[in-house]
Amino acid sequence: MQAVAAATGQAATAGDPVYELRNVGKTYARNAITALEGVNLTLTKGSFSAVIGSSGCGKSTLLKIMSGLIPPSTGRVVLQNRPVTGPRRDIGMMFQQATLFPWRTTLENIVLPIEIRDGKAAARAAQTQARALLELVGLKGFEHTYPGELSGGMAQRASICRMLITEPAVLLLDEPFSALDELTRDFMNMELQRICTTRNATAFLVTHSIPEAVILSDVVYVMKPRPGRIAEVVTIDLPRPRTLDMMTTPKFGALVEHIRSRLDKEAFI
Amino acid sequence: MTDIDQNTLGAIDAEGDTVWTEQTSWLDRVPRAIQMLFVFVVFIALWDMVTRFGFVSRIILPTPWETGNDLIFVGRNLVTGGYMLAALWITLQEVFYGFLLALAIGFSLGVIVGETAFGERAIMPYLVAIDTMPKVAFAPLFVAWLGFDIDSKVALAAFIATFPIIVGTAAGLHAADTNSRNLFKTMGASRWQTLTKMKLPMALPQIFTGLKIASVGVMAGAITGEFLGGGKGFGELIRTAASQLNTPRVFSLILYLSVVGLGLFALVSWLQGRVVFWQKNRLSSSSE
Repeated sequence: MQAVAAATGQAATAGDPVYELRNVGKTYARNAITALEGVNLTLTKGSFSAVIGSSGCGKSTLLKIMSGLIPPSTGRVVLQNRPVTGPRRDIGMMFQQATLFPWRTTLENIVLPIEIRDGKAAARAAQTQARALLELVGLKGFEHTYPGELSGGMAQRASICRMLITEPAVLLLDEPFSALDELTRDFMNMELQRICTTRNATAFLVTHSIPEAVILSDVVYVMKPRPGRIAEVVTIDLPRPRTLDMMTTPKFGALVEHIRSRLDKEAFI
Repeated sequence: MTDIDQNTLGAIDAEGDTVWTEQTSWLDRVPRAIQMLFVFVVFIALWDMVTRFGFVSRIILPTPWETGNDLIFVGRNLVTGGYMLAALWITLQEVFYGFLLALAIGFSLGVIVGETAFGERAIMPYLVAIDTMPKVAFAPLFVAWLGFDIDSKVALAAFIATFPIIVGTAAGLHAADTNSRNLFKTMGASRWQTLTKMKLPMALPQIFTGLKIASVGVMAGAITGEFLGGGKGFGELIRTAASQLNTPRVFSLILYLSVVGLGLFALVSWLQGRVVFWQKNRLSSSSE
């Protein structure tokens, strides 16, 4: 089954562009601060991309623009051939914190995006779908549990379900597992890969961790600050599906080392 | 065990022996009820000694036994539906309506101040200014406007109780974190949806803290109103008893009042436990 999933994933990597950014820039404080300059990137269907860089390199600004939270100052942001002019249901978002609401059960939390966009009746109808998602992420049986009783990793699994419930065309992941301990984090990264492969999802990950970016991605965008820009695009040609064992291979080490050297030069100036 | 341990702990007989355990003081192991009873007994004993040996005149401070007898007398009057029950009923009404009024006004103003930039910038400073005033000083005004009936007491009670609810609601609405706000934005939530589905539920713990403070203030407001504006309530009974130097009566009336106050506070706490069910652990620390 995994082989099949991997095969479809591979086929789609070379697929159609889903999300395109052309010459995107962002300035703050009346053009006094340039947070982002000339960002070009294309996310193809079913691909996994990561952006990495030190603090203040414009990662979060980029993600805010891509999620439709703030408009860019210059450039074009196009998702599925329609320009992004605000939050959209075909953009799924996940944060460092699970951000589940403690007065709602896990199931109610997951259908919240549907409830907000289409009302309570639609949310009730989406419960079947939500149960299927819970099974996908391995949280079957926790439908009626309140988030206060979930562990950190389980809460993030639930928030993956919430992101997927609207069937978004792109998944924006803002350091989703960085609040978890390292063992859980490695495991969750593999789970994330499995989920993305199963659904042939197009994902975009913001992270501080080079190994995490390398093990998950097809493409890693290395960003540098002042002004925030993409300094290098590194293609990761490790075979899929990726496993944690790959993290000890020389090839993996070389890729990590290469990205680290790119970051070191300017990161601390 | 390693060699180092064997050297340093040479005196220990067996390797499995426990060498160090946490010692708890015997006082920590006494049940709480017994500790509280102990304080109560000491208090009564001190009180009894002070009155028995004539340190203080009995007119100023009655003995515990006189007060106890009067407690029974007042209790009987209340249970048999005497004139004190009528007075208590009036005060209860003042407290009830005062609390409802404070809840309605305090919550509405709290939402306006906490949710709109205009409210926060233009209205909040005035509310803070009024809140710093000694609100009891408004009592004569309320009597002049609303008369000697319960309306003026309700007004003063509500006036005092409104501010903690405003502050609790406004502060609670600001408690929403950036992630939750961004999440609601990315879901395309309207302002109303953000308020009702996220900010207000998140504000509930702080709203309830405000309600608890208000439940204490509303009693004080009603009684102060009766002291200053007459009427037929419990406060008037206290005032009359005090003017007759019937100190045991004053004491027992105050005790019954505090039972009412405690009841209101307990009711709000119980409601908090039911409504904010996800905050079980923080409940005990937030109840002042």
